[in-house]
Amino acid sequence: MSENPIQNTSAQRPGENYFGAVLAVAWKDLAAELRSRELLSAMLIFALLVILIFNFSLQLDRTTRESVTAGVLWVTFAFAGTLGLNRSMAIEKDRGCLDGLLLAPVDRSAIYFGKAISNLAFMLIVEVIVLPVYFILYNPRNFFNPGFLGIILLGSIGYVAVGTLLSTMAVQTRTRDVLLPILLFPLVIPVLVSAVQASMGFLSGQPFEEILPWLNLLLVYDVIFVAAAFMAFDYVVEE
Amino acid sequence: MIVVKKLVKRFGLKTVLRGLDFAVEKGEFVALLGPNGAGKTTFLRILASLSRPSLGMVSIAGYALPAQSAAVRRRLGVVSHMPLLYGDLTAEENLQFYGRMYNLPELPARVDEVLEMVGLSARRRDLVRTFSRGMQQRLAIGRAVLHDPEVILFDEPYTGLDQDASEMLDGVLRRVAAEGRTVVMTSHDLARAGELASRFDILSRGVITASASQASLGKGNLLDFYKQALGA
Repeated sequence: MSENPIQNTSAQRPGENYFGAVLAVAWKDLAAELRSRELLSAMLIFALLVILIFNFSLQLDRTTRESVTAGVLWVTFAFAGTLGLNRSMAIEKDRGCLDGLLLAPVDRSAIYFGKAISNLAFMLIVEVIVLPVYFILYNPRNFFNPGFLGIILLGSIGYVAVGTLLSTMAVQTRTRDVLLPILLFPLVIPVLVSAVQASMGFLSGQPFEEILPWLNLLLVYDVIFVAAAFMAFDYVVEE
Repeated sequence: MIVVKKLVKRFGLKTVLRGLDFAVEKGEFVALLGPNGAGKTTFLRILASLSRPSLGMVSIAGYALPAQSAAVRRRLGVVSHMPLLYGDLTAEENLQFYGRMYNLPELPARVDEVLEMVGLSARRRDLVRTFSRGMQQRLAIGRAVLHDPEVILFDEPYTGLDQDASEMLDGVLRRVAAEGRTVVMTSHDLARAGELASRFDILSRGVITASASQASLGKGNLLDFYKQALGA
């Protein structure tokens, strides 16, 4: 055995490699997806189908449309996001790679944050493609409001923060495909409700004071769930 | 190097390990043998810090599990029948990724060295999903030794390998052991275990029922020892 390279490095100190590990996990997911495009294409096709089905099934006048389309948009993101979260974790489980990650000498929450960053990236890519389609189909007022785009980002962070943790739990069961939505949707109700209400507020040009409570709820939810996942991930992944 | 005392592991009402005692000296190659369901994989997962003991004491290289699991993981390599590799990354990218997770210095040189060791330098830029099972297992061993661990755990490493790949794996295992690493391997292949290991422990119904060194058994007596230990 040669002289152990690790013993001479900063890896001895806990937390030293934390951000390196977070970035390595995120990079690995993005590099693998860039090659296979399995996850993104499935999410994207599904999202486009959902938004088209809603468009053809809801024949709405202009006033009703304004109050409904934000919900349509978030239901589309939530369904496509669930598909992506399931697949992202299934890739780790199917070839035993989750064990490979857990064997690394880093705090396991680094794995959670790495996966959450890549899941968020996948969700944002899908949203960037779906949003113009949404604009063409539903023609909402104030679409280019930066506040609306900010809500999309905050809502996606909340959704991915919960979804990444729950998909890690669900992937360890035999019924992972059906279990994730059953666990996830009740927990993300606060994020979806506040994101829908805030999106609707920005799109219909409501005063900011009326949107602010929903924005606050969304922010608080994001912070709580990121913190909870940071603390709980180690227990979720260990047998 | 490895000390386990009165280890108990329960999954709900089912007790898999029942007060298991186990010790391995530095540089030993221990083959852990036993029938299906004896608890071999569960035991190895606890040693690898992938599973939490219900009761008992586990220490590797002086670090206790699960309290000092990060320190243990730094000194540990694991090879199982699953490759623990990403099919959509190349061989080189897989090793680079794990090298970053271990914060290895001079990573490109270390990746070159390991690819050379497992005989995959020529296929370094090929996607792992295009590899045969034997090549994937060689790369899995490369991943396990990338950070130069003191202890390596092999969980049924021969599963699914053909004759050529198994012989190739024999060579890699001999090399790993010759480098002075401590090795614990579970296997159903008594002939291969008999050739490679310096000690044989029989695990049955969650406890070690017998233990013998290669020297005390002599060549060709492992099967009799195994049957006797299981009361067959």
